[in-house]
Amino acid sequence: MKVSYYPGCSLHGTGLEYGESTEAVCRTLGAELVEVDDWNCCGASSAHSANKKLAVSLAARNLILAKKSGLKDMVVPCSACFQRTKVAQYELKEHPEMFPEVRYDGGVNVKDLLSFINEDVGIESIKGKIKKKLTGLKAVCYYGCLTMRHPSVTEAKEYENPKGMDMLLSELGADVIPWSYKTDCCGGSLVLTNTEIVLDLTEKLFDKALEVGAECLVTVCPLCQGNLDQRQSDVSSRSGRNYDLPVFYFTELMGLAMGEKDVEKWLNRHFIDPVKLLRSKRLI
Amino acid sequence: MTATSEELKKDEAASVEAVSSQTEEGSGAGDDKPARPEASKRYKLSELTPFSDIISEISGETINNCYQCKKCSNGCPITYAMDIQPHQVIKMIQLGMEKEVLTSKTIWLCAACETCGTRCPNEIKLADMMDALRQRAEKSGYSVGSKRASVFHRAFLSSVEKYGRVYELGMMREFTLKAGGVIGKVFDGTLIKDAKLGLTMKKKGKLPLTADKIKGTGEVKEIFKNSQKKG
Repeated sequence: MKVSYYPGCSLHGTGLEYGESTEAVCRTLGAELVEVDDWNCCGASSAHSANKKLAVSLAARNLILAKKSGLKDMVVPCSACFQRTKVAQYELKEHPEMFPEVRYDGGVNVKDLLSFINEDVGIESIKGKIKKKLTGLKAVCYYGCLTMRHPSVTEAKEYENPKGMDMLLSELGADVIPWSYKTDCCGGSLVLTNTEIVLDLTEKLFDKALEVGAECLVTVCPLCQGNLDQRQSDVSSRSGRNYDLPVFYFTELMGLAMGEKDVEKWLNRHFIDPVKLLRSKRLI
Repeated sequence: MTATSEELKKDEAASVEAVSSQTEEGSGAGDDKPARPEASKRYKLSELTPFSDIISEISGETINNCYQCKKCSNGCPITYAMDIQPHQVIKMIQLGMEKEVLTSKTIWLCAACETCGTRCPNEIKLADMMDALRQRAEKSGYSVGSKRASVFHRAFLSSVEKYGRVYELGMMREFTLKAGGVIGKVFDGTLIKDAKLGLTMKKKGKLPLTADKIKGTGEVKEIFKNSQKKG
């Protein structure tokens, strides 16, 4: 299976380990990711605030490049990039007259990474690659906003209570705990302009995760992971509680279960050390 | 974004039309009728079009469909920090309270999580409406409700325009310098804290020191240029 791959700026920078783990597990699963040649930033989270035409045109350039590769599907792991690219497709279909300079006539199927792994790679192929069950790892799945909303754009079906990651991690052997905050907002890009709001929202997520007995959170989005991981020590020092909750990318846990050799390298890029927890579960 | 000398020109043109139509209407009026609005007053397009129509046009959302069920505000995670609640923003747009809305903090605090729009029974995507309000606020000449957010978006986009991708380090430097309050940040310790965070990111390989410049920067510049034209 061969698909276009749009990493976006985060997976080359602040979410480096998401990119590394995505590429590793896809390789093992036989899904060849072909990086879109000379891709540009999709504009998230600023272009849509400034100018709709700019936002749509920036994302459309990547669609045009993906189409040139001749591959039908384009996989986008970052939730913000995924949503902005879907918005571009939606706007170009609904209001083509607003974007006369954009030469994109459809034909690329945009997928978020979790849906791609669950639906196209398929749980059966993953089962065959599991070397170590994640037994005893108590986790809550945190999907965030942008692979889900707005459903008319993302085409997500279970946008209030998604289950794709819960099912996948259960297959990997993790103890997945249901909770009601799967798609609550972490504050996204407000982290730079209104940091306190992000600390408020993530503190609530940590509290709710602990309340149901979770020992870690698992994400699909580099903005969510960044806010929950890099700012957690600020939440701890502000509230006087030591949260110490590791925040994984779901691909890192897939890699761990599939016996990928670079798992510890990815995990060492985290701010809140996940290795300690995994050692206590004898998973590392 | 750059304000649109083009739009201002269009507004000018519209104002001329408005004057001439006023004059024509006025010419048929007899002396005994109450005076029409002064023919000499120059109207701007924005004065003649209801605020809700302007925002509906920019956002593509039918703002007047709202019947104030408040689902948007009830689901919004950030209302506690907002000066106007999302359902109130809509009502105020309908009432033409342009200045109050465009100078509010709310429009800059919306994180575009889209919980509101997803639950709206009238299918109003409030996040798109907030985008339209930010764009209008930047062009309005009113003082912007959150200078930091406005400066952030500019710094972000100038990085994309220059390199085709975001160069985090350069963007952060521009944002920190232009957002103001650097001296305050020195004294309250937040500058040191930001620098420490940056250093840890760099140590962990998450903060490239050079920009990841694409080959097609010319195409990206063209996209920025075209975005200023009306569709």
